[in-house]
Amino acid sequence: MTLLSVENLTVTFPTARGMVRVVDGVSFELGRERLGIVGESGSGKSMTGRAILRLIRPPGRVTGRITFRSEDLAALPERRMREIRGAGISMVMQDPRFSLNPVMRVGDQIAEALRTHEKLDRGALRARVRDMLDAVRIDDPDRVAGLYPHEVSGGMGQRIMIAMMLIPKPALLIADEPTSALDVSVQGEVLRLMDDLVRERGMGLILISHDLPLVARYCDRILVMHGGQVLEACAARDLHAATHPYTKGLLASVPRMDDTRDVLPVLDRSAWGGT
Amino acid sequence: MTALRLTDLSVSYGTTRVVRGVSLEVAAGASVALVGESGSGKSTVLKAITGLAPDWTGEIEVLGKPRGHRPDRAVARECQMVFQDPYGSLHPRRTVDAVLTEALAIHGMTDDGHVAETLAQVGLDARFRFRYPHQLSGGQRQRVAIARALILRPKVLLLDEPTSALDVSVQAEILNLLKTLRAEYGLTYLLVTHDLPVVGFLCERLAVMRGGEIVEIAPTKALRDGSFTHPYSRHLYAESSSDIGGAP
Amino acid sequence: MKAGLRDWLTTEAPGSRRQAMAGRLYGAGLALLGNPLAVLGGLIVLLLVLVAAFAPWLAPESPVGQDLGRRLLPPSAEHWMGTDELGRDILSRVIWGARITLMIVALVAVIAAPVGLIVGAVSGYFGGWIDRVLMGLTDVFLSMPKLILALAFAAALGPGIENAVIAIAITTWPAYARIARAETLTIRNAEFIAATRLLGASHLRIIGLHILPLCTSSMIIRVTLDMAGIILTAAGLGFLGLGAQPPLPEWGAMISRGRAFILDQWWVATMPGFAIIVVSLGFCFLGDGLRDALDPKGRK
Repeated sequence: MTLLSVENLTVTFPTARGMVRVVDGVSFELGRERLGIVGESGSGKSMTGRAILRLIRPPGRVTGRITFRSEDLAALPERRMREIRGAGISMVMQDPRFSLNPVMRVGDQIAEALRTHEKLDRGALRARVRDMLDAVRIDDPDRVAGLYPHEVSGGMGQRIMIAMMLIPKPALLIADEPTSALDVSVQGEVLRLMDDLVRERGMGLILISHDLPLVARYCDRILVMHGGQVLEACAARDLHAATHPYTKGLLASVPRMDDTRDVLPVLDRSAWGGT
Repeated sequence: MTALRLTDLSVSYGTTRVVRGVSLEVAAGASVALVGESGSGKSTVLKAITGLAPDWTGEIEVLGKPRGHRPDRAVARECQMVFQDPYGSLHPRRTVDAVLTEALAIHGMTDDGHVAETLAQVGLDARFRFRYPHQLSGGQRQRVAIARALILRPKVLLLDEPTSALDVSVQAEILNLLKTLRAEYGLTYLLVTHDLPVVGFLCERLAVMRGGEIVEIAPTKALRDGSFTHPYSRHLYAESSSDIGGAP
Repeated sequence: MKAGLRDWLTTEAPGSRRQAMAGRLYGAGLALLGNPLAVLGGLIVLLLVLVAAFAPWLAPESPVGQDLGRRLLPPSAEHWMGTDELGRDILSRVIWGARITLMIVALVAVIAAPVGLIVGAVSGYFGGWIDRVLMGLTDVFLSMPKLILALAFAAALGPGIENAVIAIAITTWPAYARIARAETLTIRNAEFIAATRLLGASHLRIIGLHILPLCTSSMIIRVTLDMAGIILTAAGLGFLGLGAQPPLPEWGAMISRGRAFILDQWWVATMPGFAIIVVSLGFCFLGDGLRDALDPKGRK
């Protein structure tokens, strides 16, 4: 069953040298599965995620068709779009320190996320927040709910973000570099947690990252983006058999733990118009 | 000959001690990594060596000579540093040329072709010489930062996460450059990173830090066979091992 | 030829230091010219400078020549702005007054901006007790109402334009010191400053060559925006009799004299008032435009 379908999505921004297409004719379909979008900076991967949620501000322009559960997102009034953000599709951003409100207690922020979508009395609200913190494996939910964002660590902050994003029970989660601000040992925990929750709840996931190995490990399908276009789409387990030279070059240029190579192969950028 | 010797180094910021009793020796021409997570004190060790974190006890020797607590000119010619963020480590209003000539001016040297030569060493075309940082890509900026560190012809280079802010394909270029430079000029590297694969590519030994202390010093071979002894190093190793579908 | 020059200025690969600098100025200039209000402001300021420079040739009459036979004449073809109570041509006085206004503004900027810039940068860069002492001093000056302080100084030093300039400069620098300090605090921990220290650069070199140049653009913007306030303060002192002394044609003093006739001969006070408003607005527009053009954060 198709949850989200994107057809010919294009995002353009005006610059001094004319209109620049940061996303250039991207199409894909997503069911209740985990899709990874990989690319380097400037590839348009984040803009794709934002465009789906209609978060591109003018003067940026979005064209193309985005259908979420048979609703055309582009045609929706802003009010219905607000309902969809959160309750239908939600988004986890890179750095929890910038996405949490610094002067509001963690518990209140999570409750706020729920209250905008459901009418609940205070007791039920508290119970749901507690369950959610429990679900993101926070040991002492009552204590943590009373903390301010600066009092929690990066990994804990990101788990709180995930709790906040999942509490209205969205059908699709977009995670934009959710762990690149975190330490290696915490990255794994956060990703496994997100992975478990997405599977348990039968949600769709779009994981946007620059990290090929990471995306390969946590996704079912992968789109490789460069210069605003999808260069290659494949199943994660077939990544090693990637055919596009860019994907191959990208894979080869990552140093490996057991590396014995003297020189890392470098991408020949001229092949893709040179960036 | 040891290029760097740290003996029982402890560093404090105000009243908090972030590095405790670190001892480490780096032989001339060697490449050693300090590995750890944020808050482990690995970057602070570099700052103490350079003089940017003046509040320390213990001993720091650079090329056999004990160094003082502040940045000084003599050490500057022997030991330089490359910073993590290529966007923050270049003055936004100074051209590449100004950045490099300034280093020479401080030490009373004239250009004499040094600038052009250093740019060539780091693989930057001469036409980049009069550009401002905003006219350069991330990888090009990092090359400029490396050129700035090299222009005084130091023996020791301190590398603070030199590639973590770069794209993977650019990271490969910079890592290759660092490796070539070291081979060509017999440089000594002390690399700070959280990225174990980078260590495997660039270093022979690594010191694992946690909570301001070195918990284990191991040869890079341990990254290939996992022969770490300390439980924390093992944990780090396990978390970093990426089983990507494509690896042969 | 013209296209060649533009290419030379906008090239991605300048061949010399001078070309790189010219290219940057060209970019800022283009951004400034793209903003109609900034252009208007620039034209007004340019007009002020030209009028001040060519006052002897532009003014139809002497600014102090009295003719009691034509007192308080309304604006006409002969006297475009009318005449005042001593029969002097108001247009001529406004034109000569431009010189005084421009001088006050320039002197205040030349004295107050560098003092504020240096105090703020030193304070922010070193921190610690130096910061506390310098900022304490700044706060003392900031805590006093500007006009009252200027009044007190002008009264103590004696009335006159030079003393008005000193009084205004003394009340203006603390605001600049604050801005420069705030700016310095954000810069001083930047990695490019650390990198320069590691090259062995002295504190003097870092402040002078690395920190001050980054503070100057916000300072230029702020000073330009403050020009309006400086003109008004100078006019206020003139109005209160503590600035320029008669018969000098200072705009504030002219308003002060015209106040007595404001109901029946409105032009005597209104014409110099109009000049003050136009020039103040000009500086405000120019300052806003400069902010958009010079602020690297706002420019893509």
